[in-house]
Amino acid sequence: MNPLDGNAMAGDLRELFTVDVTAARYTCAGCGHAEAVGALVLWGQDMGRVGRCPHCEDVVLRVVNAPDRVFLDLHGSVRLELPLAGS
Amino acid sequence: MGIISRGFGGRRRESVPGLPPGQYLTHDFPVLSAGPTPRIPLDRWSFTIATETGEKKSWNWAEFTALESADVTVDIHCVTKWSKLGTTWRGVSLDTLLADVETAADYTMVHSFGGYTTNVPMEDLLDGKAWIAYKFDGEDLEPEHGGPARMLIPHLYFWKSAKWVNGLSLMNDDEPGFWEAAGYHMYGDPWLEQRYQGD
Amino acid sequence: MARAALPGRLTWRAATLVGERWETPSARTLVLDVPDWPGHLPGQHVDVRLTAPDGYSAQRSYSIASAWADNATDKTVELTVQRLDDGEVSPYLTDTLEIGDQIELRGPVGGWFVWRPAQEKPVLLLAGGSGVVPLMAMIRARGAAKGKQPFRLIYSVRTPEDACYAQELSRRVRDDPGLDVHFVHTRVTPRKRIDVATINSYGWPADFTPDCYVCGPTTFVEAAADILVALGHDPKRIRTERFGGTS
Repeated sequence: MNPLDGNAMAGDLRELFTVDVTAARYTCAGCGHAEAVGALVLWGQDMGRVGRCPHCEDVVLRVVNAPDRVFLDLHGSVRLELPLAGS
Repeated sequence: MGIISRGFGGRRRESVPGLPPGQYLTHDFPVLSAGPTPRIPLDRWSFTIATETGEKKSWNWAEFTALESADVTVDIHCVTKWSKLGTTWRGVSLDTLLADVETAADYTMVHSFGGYTTNVPMEDLLDGKAWIAYKFDGEDLEPEHGGPARMLIPHLYFWKSAKWVNGLSLMNDDEPGFWEAAGYHMYGDPWLEQRYQGD
Repeated sequence: MARAALPGRLTWRAATLVGERWETPSARTLVLDVPDWPGHLPGQHVDVRLTAPDGYSAQRSYSIASAWADNATDKTVELTVQRLDDGEVSPYLTDTLEIGDQIELRGPVGGWFVWRPAQEKPVLLLAGGSGVVPLMAMIRARGAAKGKQPFRLIYSVRTPEDACYAQELSRRVRDDPGLDVHFVHTRVTPRKRIDVATINSYGWPADFTPDCYVCGPTTFVEAAADILVALGHDPKRIRTERFGGTS
């Protein structure tokens, strides 16, 4: 199985947030690397989406879609910096 | 439900009596991965049980494969809704691995190469319900399917059957593993359709 | 670009197929009418959802191929879909969907793998197979905006017959000043792969600090991005989009 990029989460995240989270910058809790969420290496499309830091492979965020709920786990990210202009 | 797409059937979904609720039959063996597939040389492989008091017991590959093994044929059920019937495995029963371990722990955390974890109650590992499998269908277990060795706990959803297993820590209290922390059910009984937290 | 007409969260909407054309024997462009489409940036994608009569649904992402101009009269959205024979969604979109049929669509999404006409740097586009689609949207947007940024596309494809947009690309190389296209054919003797020499010869020097966009299968994207970094390009200026194994 091959990974995708964080870009591929854009649709699911735009159903939750009014801004484009893939254009946000994350700071990795594991290695401190900061980059766009769209640049994460994305695994596990069937059970949920697992975004790993391209720098250290640690898990930065996870999105699990249940039929009636979405779980967004961000404990691998110490910070998200969200752009407010544009979309 | 959205617009019906004229002429769209999707993958063949075979509903068979006797499957857990919401499951379909598959004949292939889908691969799900939450990260890169680790390639573990057998001379670097080990499996370690750590008790709640910090005692450790380890096996290297030669010691592990010298243990009494069992051939089992079981049905497996993935939370992504496929089930596969009559799969054949060879592995070492957790009864064998835990036989000489002194513990009063009620819970365990399964650990894998690559960092994956999943939590399983102790009683679900005992009495012939769980194995560490190293052969599938008579062949060495391929890395994509969890080789050299994976957990096999067929009575729970298959994410509990951790691939690339390398350890088990015994715990007094239940804690979520990788998918459980991200919203999946702490226990995962397919017959009760315990897919997500709160199910 | 225009911001979404309705601020807030995105939902699925119905899109109607109003036109189609084959780009290659296995890649079909779908021209979709999407009421109240808010416009998009080149590089953005949409999610497509198909639903079977029993409620089963499948969702995939597809890059938008067309450029958007707020003042244009043509308000359609074009996707180019490569058929993957063992796929679940792509064969439906290439072979079953007919004019007048509706699919569900969510988008546009993705604000990272985009090119904005306000960007002034030279641009290097590296396409592997159907990874050319979002890069074509960038070339089209530059053409529509009469952009002066120098653009170079290196397009790796099996054979000349597998190249999407071949005629339009040669027309644009003639008519859009500052656009160059170089093909790498992986199944034509002598077989070529994207390599250091190719990117060195047909790309931009790292000194020019170009914005680099790489799109294609995972192996192509990783090889191409590694070469760019080895040639001294700043990883911050390299944006990638991997195409997955599902379809």
